[in-house]
Amino acid sequence: MEDLKRLLSSSTFRLTLVYMALFMVSVVVLLVFIYWSTAASIERQADETIEAEIRGLAERYDSDGLSGLSAQIGERLRRQQPGDASIYLLANSRFSPLVGNLSGWPSRKADDSGWIDFRLGDDSSGKVHMARARVFRVRGNFHLLVGRNMSELAKTRQTITHALIWGSLIMFGLALLGSVMMNRSVTGRIDTINRASKEIMSGNLARRIPSRGSGDEFDQLSENLNHMLDQIELLMDGVRRVSDNIAHDLRTPLSRLRQRLETAREGNGNEESRMDLLDLALQEADGMLKTFNALLRIARIESETLQSTFTKVELAGLLRDVVELYEPVAEQKSQTIEVAGETLVWISGDRDLLFQAVANLFDNAIKYSPASSAIRAELGTTRLELCDSGPGIDEAEHDKVFQRFYRTDASRSTSGSGLGLSLVKAVAALHKIDIELTNMEPGLCVTLVFDKLMITKPGRQNN
Amino acid sequence: MRMLIIEDDPDTASYIKKGVEEAGHSADHASQGKDGLLLASTEQYDVLIIDRMLPEMDGLTIVKTIRASENTTPVLILSALGEVDDRVHGLEAGADDYLVKPFAFSELMARLEALRRRKEVEAPVTRLHVDDLELDLLSREVKRGGQLIDLQPREFRLLEYLMRHHGQVVTRTMLLEKVWDYHFDPQTNIIDVHISRLRGKIDKGFDKPLLHTVRGSGYVLRV
Repeated sequence: MEDLKRLLSSSTFRLTLVYMALFMVSVVVLLVFIYWSTAASIERQADETIEAEIRGLAERYDSDGLSGLSAQIGERLRRQQPGDASIYLLANSRFSPLVGNLSGWPSRKADDSGWIDFRLGDDSSGKVHMARARVFRVRGNFHLLVGRNMSELAKTRQTITHALIWGSLIMFGLALLGSVMMNRSVTGRIDTINRASKEIMSGNLARRIPSRGSGDEFDQLSENLNHMLDQIELLMDGVRRVSDNIAHDLRTPLSRLRQRLETAREGNGNEESRMDLLDLALQEADGMLKTFNALLRIARIESETLQSTFTKVELAGLLRDVVELYEPVAEQKSQTIEVAGETLVWISGDRDLLFQAVANLFDNAIKYSPASSAIRAELGTTRLELCDSGPGIDEAEHDKVFQRFYRTDASRSTSGSGLGLSLVKAVAALHKIDIELTNMEPGLCVTLVFDKLMITKPGRQNN
Repeated sequence: MRMLIIEDDPDTASYIKKGVEEAGHSADHASQGKDGLLLASTEQYDVLIIDRMLPEMDGLTIVKTIRASENTTPVLILSALGEVDDRVHGLEAGADDYLVKPFAFSELMARLEALRRRKEVEAPVTRLHVDDLELDLLSREVKRGGQLIDLQPREFRLLEYLMRHHGQVVTRTMLLEKVWDYHFDPQTNIIDVHISRLRGKIDKGFDKPLLHTVRGSGYVLRV
């Protein structure tokens, strides 16, 4: 019962049924057409035969008169084989039969052209046949009837009707069977997809929808769904990695903080060493606050689309400011910073965020370049290039370094939050800036490529 | 220094109140925007600390209202909204400074001191003195004990800011904002490097150091 309900509610089943019904209607129309044209042709044939016989009899009558006519009829009747359909009757003026194979003159009246359809009682089987004939009045007030037994036509009609009924029944049966089978194969495939989906919904994210490899629509659907699932899994992994990293990155300073507070509370040693411990604890807490602020900041910049704070920013001046801020740090490592290129490049943007991004890049360049090396910055009309002499970043890691908390193996030993480049990326995205990384061996070049639409005419000097 | 704290979060309010009272100042607290506005316009305060997000009447409205009544009491806005956009709105409304939550108390205190001082040091000066260190704003010369000290332009501005706020703790963020004029978070303590360079020029070779590091807060220039 449940199965039947499911079958009836299946769209495939219903579609197949509709299709079959349409097919059946067209077949019935075709058969009806065949029926009518066959019947008409049989009738026409009968009429033609009757006409031919009449012509033969008329010739005989013309030459030999009435006696010749009745002799001819008699002869034809003698020659008649069983099953022959011809009917003859010559009757006198009162319609009493004289010669012929018909027991009496039919009671029905002929139409204007002399045609008549009447019932023929078949004595042997008791069946009633229809007959068709033409009647004439022959000189001397005699009546002549020439016709044919039309049982053949009836038989043909019956055959066609039977064929129609049986054909329809068989077709209906086949249609039903076909619908069920088609339905089973389609719902089977869909069930496979549904089962896999349910499994995925219940938490098994690694599950994929199987495909038959035939490349049909269902396989294409499965493939697309699988691609979608891959994408979702990738994103989920990303989210998980970020939260894992937050947990991991903050656990270390938290436990240090705890340990320092604990030691301070134990109170061994003098007041001064206690203050030292508390200061260190404060530093840890500040560091964590900073990490959280950076995370929030990145998230905020990423969700920003309005660019409502954008003004005209002059990049050469901004670059000079960053270099001036970082030069003393570089000097501590005996590094030199060279700046070349354009002296006036205006883009539309957020001055503080752009400064932050460029500053982070310089920070990295100084951090990863060896002592006594050079850092080179060049500003073009549409790009800002910053090259260091550091170890570079593996090609494979070029995308990953922009992920939050991602640290390359080389950078793990140095201090840092793993958020610097994420912030650069977020700022760049807000300003439609493309970031390109190129390994120079030795050294890494970071190129910021500005969108042409962001480049603007000189505005109010605000650097 | 007498302050008014308009802050709806009781924890933050009592944290600030306790802190400023320990530092020897007095503070009133209003947890509602309307009460705060009433207090601010009837009482005389040295500085107002106003939370930006308040029920009923928000902080910016309070600032605009008191500024409209020609009240020039310095205002520091506290906010959880930290983007430049918000900062600009805050300052445009008439606030004098803007501090993003969460903040270190030392940062707040340093900024409050700076606000009070600014009111005092309104008169135009051409010469700044701290002990035997003198800075001439016109000739842009710096001398210590009569000895000329050669400073880079940025070092000059850094020293000028420290001297204008002598005896008062200034934080690294304050220096970035006021001397470099950028709001940003450096990944490393670059300010420390600049300070140590400045220290190398003004303190090195003299008996008495003037530029001191205040642990956990920032720097102070004092005798």
